[in-house]
Amino acid sequence: MDNLNKIDKTNKKDIKISIVAGTPGAGKTSVLIHTIKNLMNAGHKPAVVKIDCLYTDDDVRYGKLGIPTLIGLSKDMCPDHFAIYNMEEMVEWAKNQDEDIDILIIETAGLCHRCAPYTKNSLGICVIDATSGPNTPRKVGPFLTSADVVAITKGDIISQAEREVFRERILEMNPHCRIYDVNGLSGQGCGEIADEIAETKPLASLENEELRHNAPLCICTLCVGETRVSKKYHRGVLRRIDGFTKYTGE
Amino acid sequence: MDINEITIIGGYNKFGEPEAVRELTVKKGEIFGVVGPTGSGKSNLISDIEQLAQRDTLSRRKILINGEVPPVDMRRDPRKRRIAQLSQNMNFLADMTVEEFLLMHAKSRGIEKEGIVDEIINLANKLTGEPIKKEYNLTILSGGQSRSLMVADVAVISDSPIVLIDEIENAGIKKHEALELLAGYGKIVMVITHDPVLALMTDRRVVMKNGGMTEIIETTEEEKEVSKKLNNIDNWMLLMREKIRHGGRLALEDIEFTV
Repeated sequence: MDNLNKIDKTNKKDIKISIVAGTPGAGKTSVLIHTIKNLMNAGHKPAVVKIDCLYTDDDVRYGKLGIPTLIGLSKDMCPDHFAIYNMEEMVEWAKNQDEDIDILIIETAGLCHRCAPYTKNSLGICVIDATSGPNTPRKVGPFLTSADVVAITKGDIISQAEREVFRERILEMNPHCRIYDVNGLSGQGCGEIADEIAETKPLASLENEELRHNAPLCICTLCVGETRVSKKYHRGVLRRIDGFTKYTGE
Repeated sequence: MDINEITIIGGYNKFGEPEAVRELTVKKGEIFGVVGPTGSGKSNLISDIEQLAQRDTLSRRKILINGEVPPVDMRRDPRKRRIAQLSQNMNFLADMTVEEFLLMHAKSRGIEKEGIVDEIINLANKLTGEPIKKEYNLTILSGGQSRSLMVADVAVISDSPIVLIDEIENAGIKKHEALELLAGYGKIVMVITHDPVLALMTDRRVVMKNGGMTEIIETTEEEKEVSKKLNNIDNWMLLMREKIRHGGRLALEDIEFTV
């Protein structure tokens, strides 16, 4: 593997990248903590980046594992856009650690469910909460439909029948994903997620790396800070509730 | 694959001490009871079996099928799952109709069968008071209706050689009929119960305490006699219940009863 990738000068070792997205409160961090323990037990050196919007104390939770942890707060920007834009910095940061990091895990907050921060050569992991009901897989979009691995949490608090229906809905939306039932409390199933992460191909450079799915199509005055509601103040790519899309402006 | 037996290799209790029962094998055709106070770990034992735990749950138990570690597919894919579970989690979260839900569940288990929705609903309506209709939204079903629908769903769609039942007695449904429907013939049945009638209907039972399996008790001949007499009391209680349910009044002579 190593002789194929001589692009990055600071490269000590090519890093396997996993990007983890999911609904708020689904248990991404809990699942990742168990997963990282499994990776460490198998001799890997993981580092983790947590992207959130306004606040997170997950650095304390990850810190207890004794692994390099970086926090990024997107503030008033979309956390996924922020994560995508800063991906090179994250990889750089991981490579500059004293230890030879071989796995970088990026956990994103994810809010509107309209985009997915997975890139073509990273492992895309979607964490989804079974108690959100079987209509949720239809609503959440690319972070589920373009994921390689789907980890279903909280299945232990619904019935077997509902768990099976939930899983079926996920397969309808993403027929090729690999589904695991995981438990963020006991760590059950996290060993299998760790295996998926460890089996990912390392990524030599982000130079030509692409997203699997485009971010939402919308560039308008709201994106740059307009707060007035009335239509007359809005410019850019705008869509009416009846679906009519137009461009207003110069 | 024919499933002839399951084996539970003991793990640890809540205090991290090894369970007293180190190994327990339940064979085809046996009805096995799980008893113990609330919080003693009965439901966790059942879910360890349902998930075919491989020392990866809190209890660190390991489950074998026919003496061997089961294939990975059997753990993950409902189409290959050979275990039906009726849990205590009976509140439907799914915002869909009874019909949609049943069809979706049948699909997840790889079952295509004409009239399966009506079959399940008819069965469920035999166990409950007010009938369920297929166009009802799941979330409006009462506790008893949900429970009956789940029993019928498990009996028809999840029909499996291993059946796990968590407290069938607590939902105001006909527990004997429900147990008969679920247990079928030649299956491995494990049933959690606080009900002495149901507990003594089993061949053996395991006693749970502090998250661990502490003892296995065989149902004695004497207990089977007790069971029969308890059953009479139970039927009599049911009679009273039905009277009250249908707006009847009870008199002192109604409780002139001898065991």
